[in-house]
Amino acid sequence: MASMMTRRSMSLMKSRSMMIHGSSRLMSTSWWKHVEPAPKDPILGVTEAFLADPSPHKVNVGVGAYRDDNGKPVVLDCVREAERRIAGNLNMEYLPMGGSNKMVDETLKLAYGENSDLIKDKRIAAIQALSGTGACRIFADFQKRFSPDSQIYIPVPTWSNHHNIWRDANVPQRTYHYYHPETKGLDFASLMDDVKNAPNGSFFMLHACAHNPTGVDPTIEQWKEISYQFKVKGHFAFFDMAYQGFASGDPERDAKSIRIFLEDGHLIGCSQSYAKNMGLYGQRVGCLSLVCEDEKQAVAVKSQLQQLARPMYSNPPVHGALIVSTILGDPDLKQLWLKEVKGMADRIIGMRSSLRENIEKLGSPLSWEHITNQIGMFCYSGMTPEQVDRLTQEFHIYMTRNGRISMAGVTSGNVEYLAKAIHEVTKAA
Amino acid sequence: MEGADRRLSTLARHLTTGGVRNVHDNAAISCSPTSSTSSMVVVGDHSIFANILRAPEDPILGVTVAYNKDPSPVKLNLGVGAYRTEEGKPLVLNVVRRAEQLLVNDRSRVKEYLPIVGLADFNKLSAKLILGADSPAIKGNLVTTVQCLSGTGSLRVGRTIYIPNPTWGNHTKIFNLAGLTVKTYRYYDPVTRGLNIQGLLEDLGSAPSGAIVLLHACAHNPTGVDPTLEQWEQIRRLIRSKSLLPFFDSAYQGFASGSLDGDAQSVRMFVADGGECFIAQSYAKNMGLYGERVGALSIVCRTADVASRVESQLKLVIRPMYSSPPIHGASIVSAILKDRNLYNEWTLELKAMADRIITMRKQLFDALCARGTPGDWSHIIKQIGMFTFTGLSTKQVMFMTKEYHIYLTSDGRISMAGLSSRTVPHLADAIHAAVTTIV
Repeated sequence: MASMMTRRSMSLMKSRSMMIHGSSRLMSTSWWKHVEPAPKDPILGVTEAFLADPSPHKVNVGVGAYRDDNGKPVVLDCVREAERRIAGNLNMEYLPMGGSNKMVDETLKLAYGENSDLIKDKRIAAIQALSGTGACRIFADFQKRFSPDSQIYIPVPTWSNHHNIWRDANVPQRTYHYYHPETKGLDFASLMDDVKNAPNGSFFMLHACAHNPTGVDPTIEQWKEISYQFKVKGHFAFFDMAYQGFASGDPERDAKSIRIFLEDGHLIGCSQSYAKNMGLYGQRVGCLSLVCEDEKQAVAVKSQLQQLARPMYSNPPVHGALIVSTILGDPDLKQLWLKEVKGMADRIIGMRSSLRENIEKLGSPLSWEHITNQIGMFCYSGMTPEQVDRLTQEFHIYMTRNGRISMAGVTSGNVEYLAKAIHEVTKAA
Repeated sequence: MEGADRRLSTLARHLTTGGVRNVHDNAAISCSPTSSTSSMVVVGDHSIFANILRAPEDPILGVTVAYNKDPSPVKLNLGVGAYRTEEGKPLVLNVVRRAEQLLVNDRSRVKEYLPIVGLADFNKLSAKLILGADSPAIKGNLVTTVQCLSGTGSLRVGRTIYIPNPTWGNHTKIFNLAGLTVKTYRYYDPVTRGLNIQGLLEDLGSAPSGAIVLLHACAHNPTGVDPTLEQWEQIRRLIRSKSLLPFFDSAYQGFASGSLDGDAQSVRMFVADGGECFIAQSYAKNMGLYGERVGALSIVCRTADVASRVESQLKLVIRPMYSSPPIHGASIVSAILKDRNLYNEWTLELKAMADRIITMRKQLFDALCARGTPGDWSHIIKQIGMFTFTGLSTKQVMFMTKEYHIYLTSDGRISMAGLSSRTVPHLADAIHAAVTTIV
């Protein structure tokens, strides 16, 4: 039967090639000849290059995934326990389109507060999303659909995928000042200018804490000023919170920016991710929430969010959500999680001190206080692409060319080597 | 719990080829305050969502909602698009439990991000599963495969597309929102309750060169009507001669006939002629991994170089959607497909599920014959897969729900998976009554 079909196919192809005459498309060529190779992802491409490097001294401070002091990935104990409990789960049926209600409820408490009135009054429209990326994307699609004339203001710099997300959602992008290269801190004055000069009712994307890639966060006073100005201008604030708990070690503290905006009565949007703070990277677990005026509106908005998810993936994956709700729904496991998150954050903070000390010890003429001023997983070193290239070529140290160091990749075993290398390539600067 | 992917057949009618624009109309969005340049807007007084209307209720979910509310002890839910046992319970395959246990016990496993294209093993094994282990397309590196979020996710990631009439409700939405123009081709013949092959060939015959054609690889949803191999050959010849691009949706491989290879015949026929095609695979039904969202998109290309370039572009679509796919379900699938014993055990469990469905078909057919129910009911045993398109009218369906507490979608589609030997007589009674009472 199979060989008969092949024979038929071959004779068919022969007769088909005779039919080509007059057709603008050759049967024997591909539909996709015109497809160009896409550029490699700037962040994920770094790890690829790292893996291919045979050097025994190589260091990966590229992608933002946590490593322990031995440079190994970590599965949290609370996660292992949760997985043990859910293995042998009764079924793997579809979640509702909006995902696991239990997971979403616990997740909202983290962002909005345990005793939030907004939660009590059911004013928050929220769905489980495919980690932070998925939450941002659904929001961007929602923004396009329901505020079709709006644009999104994105800080400079930002996580590179933010640009891809709003671009693919066909929402035009504008930028606002954020990072101040001279001080390696926040360009607060220019940021406020941009907020004031934007048309009333503009949409802004803000990093709630541990700004990626700079690690530069506004102070509490600065957040309050930003919030006030947003009120005056009637701007919409969308918070991308990918590092709650991971920044300072205290989830409540890391949510401060959001709480300030909520106190001021803003109706915000928020993307939350469990990739880093629960180490659930590959499970793709997150949440998108939008604060509404009342419960009725929240129901309507949630139904529309689900409409956007449905043609994308129907309903979100259950496994990661089960892990989250198992942990957060059990007081003991939740305590364990908080302890483990603090442990991760503390190790990072320790490495910041260590890196700075080591570079200063070598007598660097430059200031390195930004290493300890900045917060979260990343340090924006201030190194140029050329200096980064030298680090890679001469020292086998891998990071993104914007000079962003993932502190999670720094260990007591490699911090001296890293300091030496950084000093080498920057001392002449 | 109803599968979300079965909800939309009626909803699709609300969203015709206008796509996004229609949704705007439905939502009746007036000028939002944020686009106003007049007065200053003080946040807290007015939400940007003030004008948003609630989206219409899902018609299939509504069936389950009504079913849940019904206090009758004889109620039956035949709307569900998920496999049920004889006892009416959901099923996690033994082989899946074993694979999960292996994963849990392996302390060396981590939860890092997958690459954008997903788990490499999983991709290779999925391609082998649909194309066959000795596929020349695989050997020649002509296939690029990316892990996606079940069947839905695999379809989203591709002009004009022709979809069969009828089809799974979510298809229209997926392609509309992807910016494609959606057209239909004749497929189901209500008179014969079989395939309208003439209409199909005519409609595809008049499609413009370069149009995409959506084909259900096996167990067509919702009709259960599949082309014969000879008819597939006719379709293939037509598609190739008109330079149309086939896009296979394979959501039931192994589940339809009980044979994985048998259910892949249509796809393999197309790949064997050396032409290009898309294939979307789902493990929701055949491995019972519904909620884990595991699937794959394969693109068979002319050359290995094209396949490589296509893969790089697929990544650009995926990255801003969800960065990388979920690891858990793919790990389970991979563990099963690569282990001889687990794989064999899976084929047995799969065949058992398919056989139970086939048994239900036979029992229902016999029960209707025994009652002398007017009409030709042979389509129940001719149709294949999870669903039967009964041919009952909306009025007859409403009658069955009201008088017999049987819940099914208004198009007369019943999920055979929701039946058991115990409940077949009740359903047969209901159909008999509906057909003799309501004409």
